[in-house]
Amino acid sequence: MIHAVLVLNTQGKPRLIKFYYPVRAEKQQDIIRNVYKVLSSRADHLSNFVEAADIFGSETKLVYKHFATLYFVFVIDNAESELGILDLIQVLVESLDRCFKNVCELDIVFNFNKVHTVLDEIIVGGHVVETSSSEIVKAAEEVFKQESFTDMIAIALKSTGKR
Amino acid sequence: MEQLKNIGRELAIGSQGSSKEFLELVKAIGEAKSKAEEERLVMEEIEMLKKKIVEPDVPRKRMKEYIVRLVYVEMLGHDASFGYIQAVKMTHDDNLLLKRTGYLAVTLFLNEDHDLIILIINTIQKDLRSDNYLVCCAALTAVCKLINEETIPAVLPQVVELLGHQKEAVRKKAVMALHRFHQRSPATVADVISKLSMKIMHDVDPSVMSACLCVLFDLISADANSYRHLTNSYVCILKQVVEHRLPKQYNYHNAPAPFIQIKLLKILALLGTGDKGASNNMYNVLGDVLKKAEPSGNIGNALIYECISTITAIHPNSKLLESAAAQTSRFLKSESHNLKYMGIDALGRIIKINPDFAEEHQLAVIDCLEDPDDTLKRKTLELLYKMTKSSNVEVIVDRMICYMKTLTDSHYKTDIASRCIELAERFAPSNQWFIQTMNQVFEHAGDLVPPKVAHDLMRLIAEGAGEEDEDADSELRSSAVESYLQILVEPKLPSLLLQVICWVLGEYGTADGTHSAAYIIERLCDVAEAHPGDDVVKVKGYAISAITKVCSFEIAAGKKVHLIPECQAFIDELSASHSTDLQQRAYELQALFAFDSSVVGAVLPFDGSADDIEVDQSLPFLNHYVKSMLSKGAKPYIPANERQAATTLASQHVESYVSSHSLRFDPYEKPQMPIMALTPVTTLQSDDQSIDISQKATQVFQPSFDADTPSSEATRLRLEGVQRKWGRPSYNNNSASSSAGAERSTNGASNGLDIEKASGGKQGIVPQEPKYVSDRNKQPEISAEKQKLAASLFGGVTSKADSSVRSSGRSQKQASTNRHVGTAKRMQTVDPVDSRAQASLPAATAPPDLLDFGEEEVAIAASSKDPMKDLEGLFDNTGSVPSSQPTAPVTNLPNIDLMSLYDSDLGLGSGLVSSIRVPDMIPENLPNNDSGDRLTVLDGLVTTSGAVAGPKVQGETSASSAIKKGPSLESSLEKHARSRQVGVTPTGPHPDLFKDLLK
Repeated sequence: MIHAVLVLNTQGKPRLIKFYYPVRAEKQQDIIRNVYKVLSSRADHLSNFVEAADIFGSETKLVYKHFATLYFVFVIDNAESELGILDLIQVLVESLDRCFKNVCELDIVFNFNKVHTVLDEIIVGGHVVETSSSEIVKAAEEVFKQESFTDMIAIALKSTGKR
Repeated sequence: MEQLKNIGRELAIGSQGSSKEFLELVKAIGEAKSKAEEERLVMEEIEMLKKKIVEPDVPRKRMKEYIVRLVYVEMLGHDASFGYIQAVKMTHDDNLLLKRTGYLAVTLFLNEDHDLIILIINTIQKDLRSDNYLVCCAALTAVCKLINEETIPAVLPQVVELLGHQKEAVRKKAVMALHRFHQRSPATVADVISKLSMKIMHDVDPSVMSACLCVLFDLISADANSYRHLTNSYVCILKQVVEHRLPKQYNYHNAPAPFIQIKLLKILALLGTGDKGASNNMYNVLGDVLKKAEPSGNIGNALIYECISTITAIHPNSKLLESAAAQTSRFLKSESHNLKYMGIDALGRIIKINPDFAEEHQLAVIDCLEDPDDTLKRKTLELLYKMTKSSNVEVIVDRMICYMKTLTDSHYKTDIASRCIELAERFAPSNQWFIQTMNQVFEHAGDLVPPKVAHDLMRLIAEGAGEEDEDADSELRSSAVESYLQILVEPKLPSLLLQVICWVLGEYGTADGTHSAAYIIERLCDVAEAHPGDDVVKVKGYAISAITKVCSFEIAAGKKVHLIPECQAFIDELSASHSTDLQQRAYELQALFAFDSSVVGAVLPFDGSADDIEVDQSLPFLNHYVKSMLSKGAKPYIPANERQAATTLASQHVESYVSSHSLRFDPYEKPQMPIMALTPVTTLQSDDQSIDISQKATQVFQPSFDADTPSSEATRLRLEGVQRKWGRPSYNNNSASSSAGAERSTNGASNGLDIEKASGGKQGIVPQEPKYVSDRNKQPEISAEKQKLAASLFGGVTSKADSSVRSSGRSQKQASTNRHVGTAKRMQTVDPVDSRAQASLPAATAPPDLLDFGEEEVAIAASSKDPMKDLEGLFDNTGSVPSSQPTAPVTNLPNIDLMSLYDSDLGLGSGLVSSIRVPDMIPENLPNNDSGDRLTVLDGLVTTSGAVAGPKVQGETSASSAIKKGPSLESSLEKHARSRQVGVTPTGPHPDLFKDLLK
């Protein structure tokens, strides 16, 4: 199972954190610091896996990928395939890229609720439910469309109501 | 027109998703130069949000904006709990955007045990029934995170219903929700899950199927046997996937639905393990997957690796293994670190089946070991660990230790240290090598190694290889001594290693004659000085014990020991140490010098650590005494369990006492009592005890009381909070310390025997206990008789005290050091850690501890468990009575006034402790002979007076309580109040203590 998805920037600032098991808020910050410490100490050409028993308990690994200014980190246990997750990160980033048209760190900062929407299409309760990026984007866009649609109606109703 | 503009503007903001303020906040935080500045910005933001969020009539749009900012603030690690309720409210909103924001915030903010969740359940229930599938999805996502065991039934029916929803997005989320329920509480959803595994698997939509596979994987890994019948359908599905039967959009880099394949392969690995028939069915499809996977891309390699895992897990097939091996070789030779990593992992799997396979990849493995990538290095070490044989253990352990030295991460260091130890224990080619390896491990990870390893090492050195080859053993010991002398030069050794070093040097430092005792002692003195730190007391304890042993071996061998000044200084320092443990050890050492070689040899025999100490639990040497006592009319010993019935009254008393433990709102009675208690004379007179008795008592008490107030004061200060454990045995102590007189005169006997005697002395009292209880029951009738007995006892006290003055005066002149030994020995009887003492206690079940250094903390911890149990164990074993001398007090005491003693025990501290501790203070405070005598008087008084008026010397306050009789609630309350005042809570944190006391 996937224990957590973290997106950090290269300065160690969290951009998105999602835990699939209960973690106290202080502990979350602790984890983020530790993960960042590990990742920032690793050179680029090294493998994308880090054993993380000291942070998350035995049998857990970090699978991470470094994109421009961001680290995408998945915390997984033995039931997931490392290489598979590595490609899943690719799927996630591709999907974000399609949603935001050339995704960059700022998109993720300002629209992290959208990023959560995309992530919720891929992972539910710590398990991968969707792996096709086109399906993901389709579902996410459906959500965005409906959201802004209901929003528009609400605004219109309010305005007409006022008059 | 105005309105249209408004709509347009709001739409613009809405589509952007966030306001200008939020943009600015993020920007400001991004540009913050320091952590402090960032902190300040966030705090400002929080203050602002706190104000805004509670304003009345915040527009919902704006509230959404606030909540997004709250989420952001919390992500940065600040507490946003003040806004949780707003997020919960937002989930109620009809607007999808707001509702989803609400759900998102709630899932990020709350854990499944949060109080607010109960407020969301209703909304979730409603949303699960919504017509809009996006609302359902949002609710299901929240369900996965928020529903706990108690709330599962509230949403389960709706979730099950959604399994049949027309939208596949809803179906797969419902599957995941069910899976979460299953994880939390398998029982509540067991029947649903079993249906699910059959039905949903055949969902038309591949993504729903893939979600189901996640669930099934968990189910199968929990219990593969109940799903074996499904093997063929999984094989079938996998076949179809490989043959591109799934829709195109599931292709990823040309691989057909690789994530589904991976899940299926993992499931097959579970099902095929140890099942030849199932494995047979899989061979074909596994071959297909392996063939079709494209080794160029990442995902292709993921498939290949998963195939290798499956092939090595199921019943082996030579052809498949061959191709798995070929693929593994390719991984290992790859440039990519990821593939190398997978290759090392795969190699580890393959060598389990075919160990020879590793050989052709030796070089690749060595490359990985040298790789700068830490992950790869660790993985490789893990592989090596699996590959270790007795032929390569030296190299591998050496590698591991080298790597261990570079590590700073204590978690992994612990791991690798324990692996080194395990390998060394399993495959060590020689003891020499083993010891050296262990030394290295200790040196570099000493604080992370479990103490047991050190014990094992010492045991190995002590017992040798187990063969009866004395020469080899002593050679081993000599080499150990040499290596430790070398190591000692290095600074900053972990205390565990120092423990081993001290022990080995103490036991065997002088054994082979290469090193003189003086040299070893000098080195040991250096140890304590060179290693200051948290463990300095422990380390000094190790050192002094080792010095004691070296000296005693010298004395036993008939040589004269000249202490070098350094060592003398060390001993002097410890004699004045704050640690009673160190003090005791220092005095023990000094005491040894006074004995001749035969005594010392018996006390600390050379190489005695590995010898078993045999204890005859029936204590036959007391039989004669028991018989004579029985013939004189003493009551036979009644075992503890039979005694139970007799103590019902007492236990009732306890109950009332214990129940009064919870919060009590009634005021304590008579808070002025303690002041009265300060004058024991008046209280004694006020009681119904006859005046002349009390006068006698005061005559006896007063002088000693005055003289020793300081020391008793000190004792009490030190022992508060701990001593009550020892409270009850205070009357035992009568005999213990009166038999201590015997002990003093029979010092020549061996150590263990003395301790047995002391414990025998303790046992002696116990048979009388039921009598005391029954005495209590018929208190009014026997009061006259009791008075008589009390009188005789008081008389006995004086005469006893006199005689003890005389006798101890004599013995003092004879051997002034004996006292220390006696004291020390008595200390030993209460120190369960000391191995030799421990071994002599029948209650001790632990294997003889090779360390004879009592560690203070451990001593406290162990004794705090339940000292009475140990004593009880002693009682159960024998019905005997103590050795000869103290006959009169022993037989008389319980009949007379144990009750008052017992009362005082309940109220306050203990006679045992005081009588142990008071002599303990002697050497320090009153070194001259004269006061030593007086203290002996005191000693005698403490023991005997304890029976009459409680531990008088120890605390004046107990005097009054001691003479109050009967288990009235009033008196217990008084005691409670009083002892509160003197800083001892009688009931304390261990109400059960009194149960023990009254058993």
